[in-house]
Amino acid sequence: MTGPAMIFDKPNSYIGQPTPRADAARLLAGRGRFVDDLQLPRMVHAAFYRSPYAHAKINGIDVTEARAAPGVVAVYTGAELSKHVTPYVGVLSHLAGLRSAPQHPLAVDAARWQGEPLVMVIAQTRAQAEDACELIDPDLEELPAVVDSETALDAETPVLHSEFDSNLAWERTVDVGDIDSAFAAPGVTVVERQFRFGRHTGVTLESRGTVCDYDPSEEQLTVYYSGQAPHMMQVIYSKHLGIAEENVRVISNDVGGSFGIKIHTYGDEIAAGVAAKLLNRPVKFIADRLESFMTDIHARDHVVTAKMGISEQGTIVGIDFDDLTGIGPFSMYPRTSAIECNQVLNLTGAPYAMENYRAKGRVVFQNKTLMCQYRAVGHPIAMAIADCLLEDCARSIGMDPVDVRRKNLMADDSYPRNSTSGMKLDDLSHQKALEKLTEIMDYKGLRDDQEAKRKAGVYRGIGFVSMVEVTNPSPMFYGIGGAPIASQDGATVRLDAGGALHISSSITEQGQGTNAILGQIAAGVFGVDIERVKVSTGDTKTVPYGGGTWASRGAGIGGEAMLQAAHALKEQVLEVAGVLLQTPVEALDIKNGCVVDAGTDNERMPLADLARTVYYRGNELPSDLKPELIATRHYRVSDFPFVFTNGAMAAHVEVDIETGFVKVLHFWAVEDCGRVINPMLVDEQVRGGVVQGIGGALYEECLYSPEGQLMNATMADYIVPMAAEMPEITVAHIETPTKTSVLGAKGAGEAGTGGAPAAIMNAVNDALSPLGKSIWQMPMTPERVLQVINRN
Amino acid sequence: MTDVKMTVNGQPVLGQVEGRTLLVDFLRTDLKLTGTHVGCDTSQCGACLVHVNGAAVKACTMFAFEADGAEVTTIEGMAEPDGSLSRIQQAFQDHHGLQCGFCTPGMVMSAAALLKETPKPTEAEVRAYLEGNICRCTGYHNIIKAIMAASGQDVSAAVA
Repeated sequence: MTGPAMIFDKPNSYIGQPTPRADAARLLAGRGRFVDDLQLPRMVHAAFYRSPYAHAKINGIDVTEARAAPGVVAVYTGAELSKHVTPYVGVLSHLAGLRSAPQHPLAVDAARWQGEPLVMVIAQTRAQAEDACELIDPDLEELPAVVDSETALDAETPVLHSEFDSNLAWERTVDVGDIDSAFAAPGVTVVERQFRFGRHTGVTLESRGTVCDYDPSEEQLTVYYSGQAPHMMQVIYSKHLGIAEENVRVISNDVGGSFGIKIHTYGDEIAAGVAAKLLNRPVKFIADRLESFMTDIHARDHVVTAKMGISEQGTIVGIDFDDLTGIGPFSMYPRTSAIECNQVLNLTGAPYAMENYRAKGRVVFQNKTLMCQYRAVGHPIAMAIADCLLEDCARSIGMDPVDVRRKNLMADDSYPRNSTSGMKLDDLSHQKALEKLTEIMDYKGLRDDQEAKRKAGVYRGIGFVSMVEVTNPSPMFYGIGGAPIASQDGATVRLDAGGALHISSSITEQGQGTNAILGQIAAGVFGVDIERVKVSTGDTKTVPYGGGTWASRGAGIGGEAMLQAAHALKEQVLEVAGVLLQTPVEALDIKNGCVVDAGTDNERMPLADLARTVYYRGNELPSDLKPELIATRHYRVSDFPFVFTNGAMAAHVEVDIETGFVKVLHFWAVEDCGRVINPMLVDEQVRGGVVQGIGGALYEECLYSPEGQLMNATMADYIVPMAAEMPEITVAHIETPTKTSVLGAKGAGEAGTGGAPAAIMNAVNDALSPLGKSIWQMPMTPERVLQVINRN
Repeated sequence: MTDVKMTVNGQPVLGQVEGRTLLVDFLRTDLKLTGTHVGCDTSQCGACLVHVNGAAVKACTMFAFEADGAEVTTIEGMAEPDGSLSRIQQAFQDHHGLQCGFCTPGMVMSAAALLKETPKPTEAEVRAYLEGNICRCTGYHNIIKAIMAASGQDVSAAVA
């Protein structure tokens, strides 16, 4: 890469510093700008009548009484709404064979999951809209529901979509080497386990919601959106509502958590846009928590039968697995619900050198909430398959779990190379990360403690995971398959007349600290105090075009664009300074808001003087000098489909064998996300990711009745991690910058969620090992732990 | 509709509410104090935590009319008179005790109630006290650290 190589060494560089977030003060003062905080003139409120059944034929819906209810402005059934909005289909061409049926924002002929919106009521207040929903009289004919993914493909199971011959949405196989011969070779021990990964969901503390406003005089739809991909939503509203793309403005202000939940097409949010257009006034829809549980995308829901073979010396000979995943009645639009299974096939065993790999994935329709991409898509499944089988193998042959990793992890000097499944890998540090992990956790001390505690009847366990994380995706992720999702991001940096920087970027802020790191990069590269950088993100009208923040791409892609833009502006400003100061450009630099002599830092001219000369007194410039005190750069990853990161993590747990409770005593994460821009932000991102991973491993599950009714759709019944149960989480870093960019940053946001479940499962099974018992189902609830302890 | 009269962040306010109007909705919709958030509707998450007559109350568990005559403090009333952040708020900023900021007002209000009762809490006491406040973004680590720091205790030894 070419570029400003010295930016990281400057004394006033903010890159690498634990700079507090400037925008935190506003949030702490109660001055956040979340969607539900917005109150616009003439704004009305939407509420939805949702299917009480998992599967039902809609014979008709009588909304007469609802229309006449106090405060009601309009009522739309699915049939009525469908005249104003086109249905969508969640398929991508690069996922060959993936199929799904057209999905309407409000169901038209049949309801296919409990909670699917059927009727939208618009009223003066939300309470009035909800009251009117209770007056709706639907004629619904309950149909048999396909609930269990494991029987979804059976011949006797009803087929959800009449246009298809089965409930299969997609399947793929990968076959490398000769797994059967490898497993049959002498001296090879093969372990086989069936894993079950429960459904869980993101539970963003701010629920989904939107305010849509339509101005017919300019044919302009404005969508206030709590989400991660404003430009993607711009295309979707445009395409399905029939409004020119440039006439759709999507604005993300503060977003109260997203985690992949708020990056999809939800019928209720689209319907709110349609209503705004039909009524020519703002329409607010805010999901309540019950609606969130029933309609936010769910994640995981995999049953995996998997085998790993290991030689007597502890060398992995191969992995063979079959993954079955249930995705609800449709593939989610536009990212599809096959990506998670695809990731499982791509990522399983990716940290390890092995010759043989066979994987089969099947994605099936069922009458449950749609499943799609949630934080660490596919990673917890892939990491658990490989690393939990690996520790199982190690136990079988009497080998230490760290030693078996040292033997099988790819060597740090062996890159670039491919994983067995064919992923291009570079700049990874598995061995170094593992060594650092064992140091910071005092591995030997923990093993000694474990032995002593076992004698006292206390069951403690230590579990590891060595992991990869997909970050900084290239166009190969979505764009290649036809999705309207930008893989590149843009950044603009402008010097104002007062010498301050105004920067904007197409990546988005959902609490990670996006705006903070953009400011750090621009301030550091350009050379101003960070307090003089004003950051704009989230508004399609004002920011450059780009993908947004998801797939751990914000810092790596958006950050690099910002670096390039700030560097370009600096070159422009120095060119002007060279003329004004009659000094060669190479002899000048910018520091602390001043043009200085390079080397001595003698102040030559404040940036404000330079900018005012350009803006106000251009007559003082030579006529051939036409400064642009603004620069825009775009960046995409071009040489790799993804930029992988790696990490090594460990969990220390105690299992109460009387009650089945698992207490996490401590968690350690060594992460290599390349260059760390702000360690304070990255560390808490990693910790937050770990906590969501612990949630999936121990507590969180969307429980369904055999009829497809979601049984625990409140936060009283669906358990998320809380402060008192969470352990100390120690975070350390290895920094191997990616060579794909000058900044060298890779993503870090999903590592904890991807890795923690496997480490926790390994720790629990290590704790249970003296009993000869093990558990292979997540979440590892007390009931399930007791079941395996008591099983003969 | 019922008339209600209360003092919110030191200012007298009047309003008319339905019997079913929750205090949180009165604060957010009628008074436009949108710093108090609604996270769960069922009193688990603590995003709507305010102080009523000095006690920590989840504003979704109380009807607006029940607060008639009460002194209510919301997150908007926590800053210093000159508008600068209070000690607790500043500690959250310094120690990065927040990410998306949605749970944050409730966390700050909860922390203030804790420190009033227990001026120098242990880490375990802080963690236990936060059983009514859910954060979905952070690992709670920095929230705990910020509250400990706000209580005047040295947190430099805590893992960064």
